Amino acid sequence: MATILLAFCVVSAFTPLLTRLLSVRAFYLIALLPAAAFAYTLGQTATVTAGDAVTESIPWIPTLGISLSFRVDTLAWLLALVVTGVGALVLLYCARYFAADELSLGRFAALLLAFAGTMYGLVTADDIVVMFIFWEITSVLSYLLIGHYTSRRASRGAALQALLVTTFGGLAMLVGVIMLSVAAGTTSLAVIVADPVSGPAATWAILLILVGALSKSALIPFHFWLPAAMAAPTPVSAYLHAAAMVKAGIYLVARLAPGYADTDAWMPVLVTIGVWTMLVGAWRSLRQHDLKLLLAYGTVSQLGFLMVSVGFGTRDAALAGAALLLAHALYKATLFLVVGIIDHRAGTRDLRRLSGLGRSQPALLFIAVLAAGSMAGLPPLFGFVAKEAVFTALLEAGRAGDGWGWIALVGTGIGSVLTVAYSIRFIWGAFGTRPTMAPTALHPDRWGVLLAPVVLTAGTVLLGPLSAGIDPLLAPYADTVGGGGDYHLALWHGLEPALLISLVLVLLGALMFAARRRVALLQATVPAWVDAGHGYGVTVRGIDRAAARLTHFAQRGGLPQYLSTILVVFVLALGFAALVNRTWPDALVPWDYPAQVVIALIMGIAAVAAARVGQRMTSVLLAGVTGYGLVALFALHGAPDLALTQALVETMTLVVFVLVLRRLPTGIMQHNRPIHRRRRALIGVLVGAVMGTIGVIALGARQAVSISAELPRLTQEAHGTNIVNVVLVDIRAWDTMGEISVLIVVATGVASLLFVSGRNEVVPRLKGSRTQRSPRNRRRVVADPHASSAGHAVTRQSWLLAGRTIPAPDRSILVEVLVRLLFHPAIVVSVFLLFAGHNAPGGGFAGGLLAGLALVARYLAGGRYELGEAVPVDPGKILGLGVILAVGSAVGSLFFTGIPLESAYFSAEVPVLGALSFGTSTIFDIGVYLVVIGLVLDILRSLGSEIDRQSDAGTAPTPEQETPSGGEPSGAEPEALARTEVLP
Amino acid sequence: MSASLTLVIVMAVMYAAGVYIMLERSLTRVLIGFVLVGNATNLLIFIMSGRPGSSPIITGTARDLSMVDPMPQVLMLTAIVINFGITALLLALIYRSWWLAQLGDEGDNLTDEHATEAPGQNERDFRSSSDDDAAVEASLDEDGEHDDDDEHDDEDGGANVGARDAANTSGRAARPDGGAR
Repeated sequence: MATILLAFCVVSAFTPLLTRLLSVRAFYLIALLPAAAFAYTLGQTATVTAGDAVTESIPWIPTLGISLSFRVDTLAWLLALVVTGVGALVLLYCARYFAADELSLGRFAALLLAFAGTMYGLVTADDIVVMFIFWEITSVLSYLLIGHYTSRRASRGAALQALLVTTFGGLAMLVGVIMLSVAAGTTSLAVIVADPVSGPAATWAILLILVGALSKSALIPFHFWLPAAMAAPTPVSAYLHAAAMVKAGIYLVARLAPGYADTDAWMPVLVTIGVWTMLVGAWRSLRQHDLKLLLAYGTVSQLGFLMVSVGFGTRDAALAGAALLLAHALYKATLFLVVGIIDHRAGTRDLRRLSGLGRSQPALLFIAVLAAGSMAGLPPLFGFVAKEAVFTALLEAGRAGDGWGWIALVGTGIGSVLTVAYSIRFIWGAFGTRPTMAPTALHPDRWGVLLAPVVLTAGTVLLGPLSAGIDPLLAPYADTVGGGGDYHLALWHGLEPALLISLVLVLLGALMFAARRRVALLQATVPAWVDAGHGYGVTVRGIDRAAARLTHFAQRGGLPQYLSTILVVFVLALGFAALVNRTWPDALVPWDYPAQVVIALIMGIAAVAAARVGQRMTSVLLAGVTGYGLVALFALHGAPDLALTQALVETMTLVVFVLVLRRLPTGIMQHNRPIHRRRRALIGVLVGAVMGTIGVIALGARQAVSISAELPRLTQEAHGTNIVNVVLVDIRAWDTMGEISVLIVVATGVASLLFVSGRNEVVPRLKGSRTQRSPRNRRRVVADPHASSAGHAVTRQSWLLAGRTIPAPDRSILVEVLVRLLFHPAIVVSVFLLFAGHNAPGGGFAGGLLAGLALVARYLAGGRYELGEAVPVDPGKILGLGVILAVGSAVGSLFFTGIPLESAYFSAEVPVLGALSFGTSTIFDIGVYLVVIGLVLDILRSLGSEIDRQSDAGTAPTPEQETPSGGEPSGAEPEALARTEVLP
Repeated sequence: MSASLTLVIVMAVMYAAGVYIMLERSLTRVLIGFVLVGNATNLLIFIMSGRPGSSPIITGTARDLSMVDPMPQVLMLTAIVINFGITALLLALIYRSWWLAQLGDEGDNLTDEHATEAPGQNERDFRSSSDDDAAVEASLDEDGEHDDDDEHDDEDGGANVGARDAANTSGRAARPDGGAR
């Protein structure tokens, strides 16, 4: 069975390809698959008839007890035959129904085939969760199939309506399914039914599942989606909305009936709603002019009838229900297909515009009369056998003292009268001759389209006389339902009450049709009741409007308001949780050491001041003070790595802030009214208080032993002593891999935001810098083309070559000298930090940041050309190299040990540096180092050099203005820049 | 687990100040608030390592016994660097938006997008979803809610039918599955 499902899955995936090659002929090919499934199911007949079941199970989610288990017993066998048999025939019909130029034919064929497979899975699945998954897939496929004509409003609306209604039911059902499977302790449907759970939980679960079943089978109050779904192509209506999908709800009720029919709510719900649906559907069917809608309302009516019989919960009713289900699938699919043919040939389905079809289409008439006769319950057709069985079962139940039996009998009896009336009306409307109208002109059509209706009708006709042969096939299911009874399906039971009832009902129905004018008048006088369809529209529109109004109210587009909303919710939710909390830490000391209070005081004052000052730069500096305060705290707390990193980062952050803010207007002009200020302060204080409380609670909530206990051992295993660094580059290297990826994204983002024309720009360099830097010219006095002004004497070239591109007033000899002195030591120390990091404070992050800071100093002293001279490569290449090293060490170890990022080591005693162990994790750390340098370089290049250039140029950055060659309006940058040339 | 109340308080103060700044309209101020909140969060994680101790570097001596919990430090180290990266990215965004919007001396203040819109203006924006449902109802009503006058021949009834037929014809002419052959 799983193989069949797999085949459905694969073939439907390739179906669009097939239709492209074979056009509509592809339907013949794909029809073979449901036909094969039909044959396979037929092959299981012997086992099933003996009362056994064919089972198959593949473990899927063992932890939840869910498995792909399938079980074909009598009920599943019957449904599987219906869905695969009708499926194959409908696909055959499609080959003739659609023209070769039909839009989205491939999609349609694939969906229809997938639907057949899903239905097969639904009825054979034994695991209730798997069954539910198939259930929901049918909803989605039905949505796609109803919405086949995507350009039509009605089609889209109907599709969405069907989807919303059935998935709403599905959602309720999911809750029921879970409740039931938890209560039963298993997900196997067979066990859940054979060993039913009881109690209020079971009642609720069953009620919720019934909501799903009722919505799927279009019973009141969910019935309205089915007529609307007639916007689908006719084969879809015939298959999904007559034979297969709407039967899913019936199937589920039939499946659960043996175990749960005596649940409290079962009988009242199913009988009331079933009878009600049967009457409303039939009543409205009598008013339709569109043949397809007439059938659709008829289907709604019949589904109500089916629900009453399969849900009634006696053996005889179950047998009758199974037979009725089969009969309905046979005749209703036929009738839909007939309507499709009429629609094709006559170009309309409106019975007021059809005339004379009975004479011109005798074969079609013949088929339709047989099918409609079965629907009306005329002997010797199968519909008659099934209907009589239902009446007998209800009558027996009523006689046995069951009040619901009488209610059901009377209700379905009246419904049957209406059914007879609309059946006759269907034949009369479709095939009758209107004296005032000329016979409808018909398009010729090929005979092949009749194949499917003929086969289905043959079933209707043959099963009537052969019903005694069907009886033993269906009886094993009926026998699982409790309650005695020994009814057998047969065409002739002798003169018994049910026959009499049938006779009377048919006569009444015929009379009703004869008096149709009067009936119509009567129907017109009945006030339009609350129509569930309109109710749906009102509900959906109301939800739409309410959602839009709420969105409009809650989202005015202002960042502060959004943030306030988030924060207020945060405060309310976590504040409440904090209030009800009962676990507080046992020992909270006022301070760890006195200096801590001093540092904390400075940090607190700085934070408050940062919030109050108006000057932006001051605010940044004050925020920086809190950062440096952290450095002190970390250092005194036993976290040298953190102190080092935080110090470097804080410095770098300040520089970057300055680089950007120098371009923006200086004052932060605030227009917040005091009331807002007070509100902001309130939110701020509340968030702070809540976070503080949460921090304290978190300290007290810790119960398990920290995983850190294991870290020293693991660190030594990794040939290191600095736990923090070893965790970063070895034990949790995957995390670090993710983090350097973030850095690369950030670097790329910064560069992309500033360099509009692409990040692979030429690094700006000084003309002639190579000759000046050559060892030969190191100590010689060379004419410098970049000397800042003519008044200066020609001097020996300086180390900061680009220093002279900066106007003399902006240069600082102190900074230049300091950079000259510190740059090389800083780089050396950064490399030391990188390699020593495994055993001492340091590592790739700290090393990279220090090297980056050295570059920052270089840039600040010499300007953007100096940056290009210092690192004459594209930062992208550095980032790339870094990530290649990191990934390389991961992939490399994959080759050697089969596990990514598994480290290998060799240790050596190196003079000065001490014991160094060089391993693959060091390569990883070098990657981190390079990525950090690349990030800093990218930031400097973008927020430094590029902003310099843009402010020099004074216009929006465009590719044409890459070289700032003179012409600046402001006199700030004099000739020095005018004489600067950049290598292309 | 024990920790210093001082640290908890300074963390709360930093959160409060950060949030207060974040709620302003100026993007730069928002970023400053972000930096403060970021520092406060780092501090929160740091508090979780408990009382101070020796640095988490294995020496093989008795000093190792007083070692602080290294796990929060590991988490924070990358957080610090990523915080820096995000700060730089936000600065680039602020600069870019200032540059693109040509806000000039307005700086980086942004106003509410929909502040000036009236509620009624949005009604038409969400009408489209209900149009499909209206079409469904119309297509059902067309058939369902009229008298069964299929055999009437009196003048006004006939005119009605004629008019509806015309509507039907125009509606169905576009059907790909009807009369295509």
